[in-house]
Amino acid sequence: MKLELTGITKRFGSLVANDHIDLTVEPGEIRALLGENGAGKTTLMNVLYGLVQPDEGEIRVDGKPVTIRSPKDAIAAKIGMVHQHFMLVPVFTVAENVTLGMERTKAFGLLDRRRGRRDVRALSERYGLDVNPDAYVEDLPVGVQQRVEIIKTLMREASVLVLDEPTSVLTPGETEDLFRIMRDLRAGGRSIVFISHKLKEVQAIADTITVIRRGKVVGERQPTATDAELAALMVGRAVQLRVSKTPTRPGEIMFDVRGLTVPGEHGKPAVDDVSFEVRAGEILGVAGVQGNGQTELCEALMGLRPAAAGSALVDGRDVSNMAPRERLRAGIGYIPEDRQEDGLVGDFSVADNLVLDVYDRKPFASGIALNLDAIQENAVSRVAEFDVRTSSVATPTSTLSGGNQQKVIVAREVSRHVKVLLASQPTRGLDVGSIEFVHRRIVEQRDQGVAVVIVSSELDEIYALADRIAVMYEGKITGFRPPTVSADELGMLMAGAGRDGAAPGAVDPASAGALDPAATDRPDPAGADRPDSAATDGQP
Amino acid sequence: MSAEQPGSPAPAGTPEPAAGGPRTRRTATLNHTIVSAVVEGSPAVVTFLAILAAIVLGGLIIAFSDPAVLSAWSVFFSDPVNALAQAWDAASAAYVAMFEGAILNPHTVAAAFHGGSIGAIFYPLSQTASDATPLILTGLSVAIAFRAGLFNIGAAGQWVGGAIVATYLGFAVSLPPVVHVVVCLLGGFAGGAVIGWLVGELKARTGAHEVIVTIMLNYIMYNLLSLVLSNPRALQQPGQSNLISPNLAANARLPHVGGPPPQVDLGFLVGLAAAAAVWWLLSRSTVGFQFRAVGANPSAARSAGMDVERSWVLVMLLAGGLAGLAGAAVIQGPLQNITFNSYGTYGFDGITVALLGRASPLGVVLAALLFGALHAGGTVMEGATQVPSDIVEVIQGLIVLFVAAPPLIRAMFRLRRARAAGLEAVPKGWNP
Repeated sequence: MKLELTGITKRFGSLVANDHIDLTVEPGEIRALLGENGAGKTTLMNVLYGLVQPDEGEIRVDGKPVTIRSPKDAIAAKIGMVHQHFMLVPVFTVAENVTLGMERTKAFGLLDRRRGRRDVRALSERYGLDVNPDAYVEDLPVGVQQRVEIIKTLMREASVLVLDEPTSVLTPGETEDLFRIMRDLRAGGRSIVFISHKLKEVQAIADTITVIRRGKVVGERQPTATDAELAALMVGRAVQLRVSKTPTRPGEIMFDVRGLTVPGEHGKPAVDDVSFEVRAGEILGVAGVQGNGQTELCEALMGLRPAAAGSALVDGRDVSNMAPRERLRAGIGYIPEDRQEDGLVGDFSVADNLVLDVYDRKPFASGIALNLDAIQENAVSRVAEFDVRTSSVATPTSTLSGGNQQKVIVAREVSRHVKVLLASQPTRGLDVGSIEFVHRRIVEQRDQGVAVVIVSSELDEIYALADRIAVMYEGKITGFRPPTVSADELGMLMAGAGRDGAAPGAVDPASAGALDPAATDRPDPAGADRPDSAATDGQP
Repeated sequence: MSAEQPGSPAPAGTPEPAAGGPRTRRTATLNHTIVSAVVEGSPAVVTFLAILAAIVLGGLIIAFSDPAVLSAWSVFFSDPVNALAQAWDAASAAYVAMFEGAILNPHTVAAAFHGGSIGAIFYPLSQTASDATPLILTGLSVAIAFRAGLFNIGAAGQWVGGAIVATYLGFAVSLPPVVHVVVCLLGGFAGGAVIGWLVGELKARTGAHEVIVTIMLNYIMYNLLSLVLSNPRALQQPGQSNLISPNLAANARLPHVGGPPPQVDLGFLVGLAAAAAVWWLLSRSTVGFQFRAVGANPSAARSAGMDVERSWVLVMLLAGGLAGLAGAAVIQGPLQNITFNSYGTYGFDGITVALLGRASPLGVVLAALLFGALHAGGTVMEGATQVPSDIVEVIQGLIVLFVAAPPLIRAMFRLRRARAAGLEAVPKGWNP
């Protein structure tokens, strides 16, 4: 089925979300829609799916104009949509979710459950989706839930599938699975519109890439286009994808974590005897697939989650028994994994969020009275310094884009002159421009002598920032490597292979190299008794 | 804004509509702002329209519960004008009586010109203020807890706690004039605060949900009140078999301000002072900043180093204290003693007031004054027109119903809802 959008225009008040957008999707094509957050990708797809009515423009299916006023019309036109947020009933089974709204009945109006299950199984097998029709959706991992959404569209015989930022919730492995499924669907003659702001992904999967910026189509490229070209097109200026970074000049040990153990669910520790140290002026990147204890590690280090054992020293001072507030005062800056949940109070203004962890200290408070002038002045100067795009400092942060929200958090934390900066997934969900900005600020902190810990599941980010890499797997650190380590070796460590040893307290990095001889292109000198110091010594 | 983008192909403006939208909107005129506030149904407008709708509906109920109106309507087709006129008369008479009882009675103004008392003009307003006093305080109690994310359903029980302490200090202790009033008020605050603190402590330590705990504590406090009122060694008036306490000592009574008979007792000023204090606490102090952060997003508050549990304890202590103060103000003001059911509906009306006042101190004061006026007017209306004063409760209930259901009000008054750009599905029916 050939899908053509011509001259689609949608205005929201004075904001033009879509400005005369033309897009043609050929049958059996994977078309990527690339653009920053807020560029108008989702609005365009909502127009296509009948959730939003365009002010101008036409939609044609196989050359014939169609009017799409509701999702029902879209389904009738064989357009299927997988939303960023899934539309599933958690307490229903897969088959029940898939048949919901198109239930087949037997005599006396009884549901034909068997047929629903059979249909789901057939589709699942045909496209290698590997979904059990009898599983309850709430028990399924996110990646499988997404496949249930795909099955839903297939059951409704969609020829064009729209996937809105489908990888934002997936682990790298799940993303690979999704791409395989997308290729299978394409082989089956279906077309896919793949919405993303991640360059690597569109290059990996798309047949053609349409780039949107500020509501306009700014170009079409082949997937062979370079990162830099696509990023520049998307952002509207040349973007540095990898921030420039001088070699680290590590100083004193600033952050020293010893034997940290955090209890998890089912009696198995979430963080298992983790030790590392970070020197002033050094960035330690903690790599690992999401869900291997990184969240618990950060929360325990901040005192937000009780630790069973272990200690943490900031500049020689033991913070293990401190409440979060005291740890912040002791000089830890914290950029939480989930900025909306843990980093910001969405209803609060930018100004208030900029003092969220210093509101009760001078100059922002005297006694218990807030000094509103000081809070205001601070906000004005931080917003300018960190280029936070907001209409005013009184704007609630929930209305800012993700990148600007993150800038508010970064501005708040680094302005406190911290000794240790703990940043968890600092650029998750951000567009290229904001990633560049946040990375630049983090490196700047390192250069000013801050000990930085970056926890990230994005290998690109780890490579871009880390002076030394630690890999976490099932709550343990499976190895420390220099940043020159190959992606293959990191991948192996992230999957639990090539573990340095069962008990990380008695680690011999040399043995890890021995297990995996091909991967280490820069051997650690002499296998010192502690892996982290070994890697530090490995720096030129 | 483009300072960091030298050589940018598109130097003007920002790449993100999220920031670009408000920028362009800033050029809009004030007029436009007001109009769009009205059209988009800002909360203040919705609240006003909710009150209007409740009064209109209340008028219909008044009219159609009147036997004369009903008999006129039973022969509607023979004389429709009479039927409509009867309905209008019934409703308007009731509302006029209510207005005269709550705000201003024109007869007293006329009388004042002919040598009558000028003070009498202000009698209805003083009655409104007096009825509003406990509602301001219980409303603040619910509102302050709400701002910290807690639902204080226990203002009723905290009211009792405060009232018991204030009553006891009022008759069992002998103190000099001003001191006695202050001691009783502080005692009332403390009595309520203890009950509130208990709720906060239980939540902080065990995670017990404050809604359950406060509801159950209400029953405990009601029955505790009966218990202490059944024992002469505790609160019962000696020689009484009824559940009633002795009258307060004269020194413990709230003095009246504003001269001869139409007076406002000091309790009203205490209520206004409490509202001002709560306003300052919430919007100008670090404690209030912490309360609001904890209420809006506890995880972020915790990550920013705030002690969420301690905030809960503290805010419940203050909320309980305010409700206790309401108890003291009623006992030391109009009642002078306490009986087994003196608590009335102050606590639960406080929830309504806080909701209507959108949990802001100013809003609470205004909502309490509205409800105070309805109460004061309702009493007069019942005497003047035989319409039961229960209709006031109906109107109160309708106001809250409409306030709690903004889409209903928007639909009734055909207001448009502000849309989030591109994110929200467009409801059917108003596409051009």
